[in-house]
Amino acid sequence: MEAFTILAQEADKAAAAASSAGFAYGLAAIGPGIGIGYLVGKSVEAMARQPEAAGMVRTTMFLGIAFTEALALIGFVVFILIGL
Amino acid sequence: MTTSDMSTSGLDDNPIEVRISLDMVKRGIYVTPLLIAVAAMPWGGPGALSAAFALGLVFVNFLLAAALVSGAAKISTALVMAATLFGYLIRLGLILVAFLLVRDASWISRPALGATIIVSHIGLLVWELKYVAISLAHAGLKPARP
Repeated sequence: MEAFTILAQEADKAAAAASSAGFAYGLAAIGPGIGIGYLVGKSVEAMARQPEAAGMVRTTMFLGIAFTEALALIGFVVFILIGL
Repeated sequence: MTTSDMSTSGLDDNPIEVRISLDMVKRGIYVTPLLIAVAAMPWGGPGALSAAFALGLVFVNFLLAAALVSGAAKISTALVMAATLFGYLIRLGLILVAFLLVRDASWISRPALGATIIVSHIGLLVWELKYVAISLAHAGLKPARP
């Protein structure tokens, strides 16, 4: 009986770790999603206003996207370190 | 990359995102042995293999992002928005799937994998940004290649 209790407790812990990890990953993806949306929206606006500067805008936009995405990757790393 | 490279002329033939990504991947390949060696020190063989896997993920992520954005930009500027946001989701999903496929492998060291992803992604971006910033600040000057 005691063995079953210990097993149940371990299963609970594993489930809690998995759901926390998923929660952390999901939360970490929200912020960069908003950031990328804002960044690309503004870049498209800039390209529409000044098409001759599209190359420069796309350069900074692409680097901005990659930097913003780093936040989501940090969330992913927390996810792989916590659980699953 | 120079300011003249960032002009709109020839963007469709040789998209700027692809050039930036290839630059970053090239620099990443230069530092790959160093990163693998550093990861092997505390985590041993699994650390080295995990670092190599993480670097592969980061390179594919950069190249895929560039391909999606430049492909969308060829069609229309409005499509860039959709391609970027859905591309973001798709790439996060692919990284997750890649991790889930190898998570139980004996050669995986999670701390090494995580640390290498963060360090290589941010490190390569900062490295590239240095050249882009110099090009923007001093138009016409071509910074020396690493």
